[in-house]
Amino acid sequence: MVLTLASALVVLLTKNVLYAAFSLLGTFLGVSALYVLAGADFLAVAQILVYVGGVLVLLIFGVMLTNQQGNKSRGRNDITTESSNRVLGVFVMLGFSATLLYTFGRARFLTIQDNLFEAVEPTSTTQTIGVELMTNYVLPFEVSGILLMAVLIGAAYLSTKTKN
Amino acid sequence: MDNSFLPYYLLTSALLFSIGLALVVVKRNIIVVLMGIELMLNAVNVNLVAFSKNDPSLQGQIFSLFVIVVAACEAVIALAIVLKVYEHFKTVNLDEINELKK
Repeated sequence: MVLTLASALVVLLTKNVLYAAFSLLGTFLGVSALYVLAGADFLAVAQILVYVGGVLVLLIFGVMLTNQQGNKSRGRNDITTESSNRVLGVFVMLGFSATLLYTFGRARFLTIQDNLFEAVEPTSTTQTIGVELMTNYVLPFEVSGILLMAVLIGAAYLSTKTKN
Repeated sequence: MDNSFLPYYLLTSALLFSIGLALVVVKRNIIVVLMGIELMLNAVNVNLVAFSKNDPSLQGQIFSLFVIVVAACEAVIALAIVLKVYEHFKTVNLDEINELKK
């Protein structure tokens, strides 16, 4: 938890895009550790595979492909907005987090009584997820397959050079 | 079964979401804004997983799995668009990209 929040703060505070990408790695790994602690082992592995292995590599590729030399020579900070806007943004963030924390503090979650459910034995969640995906959630599963194919075609189309 | 772990997860996800929102609002580089969006999606996933811990049917985890899939799709398409924008405008500064067609 501390690792997750600390590296997310580094993403927010750093002025280097590549440092932000690398501390985002720490954030994703911390979130994956939180999943393991919550007993969601399949999701933790999926998080590492998709985010650390896919999204983060894509982001780093984006950073490298759009890096330009002129940033430093212009001598001004190109990553964050002007300080007035930055103060406004931090106010937005603080207000939003205060609202969220106030709401979470006011909420009274039901404590689950001991005999209400049979105890969930801490086994692997992979079998349950697989069975549920193939029975109750087969329609969203297929739709996400179609979405992935559309994204593949769209990305290939967008990233081809346009002939003028 | 105890719910004593729940406040820590809620705290973490609230702060992660706020940091992501601040990244989207404050930063001027498109790629850092995308990182903020990913952080917000991750915060939502943390909440889903935390609430589905005591649920034997694992609805929250399956929903979170679909959120991960859609987030990956969004990142791919957004980066393709960013590359096209960079090819067109020669910058990734959001303040300077203010025309649809040039």
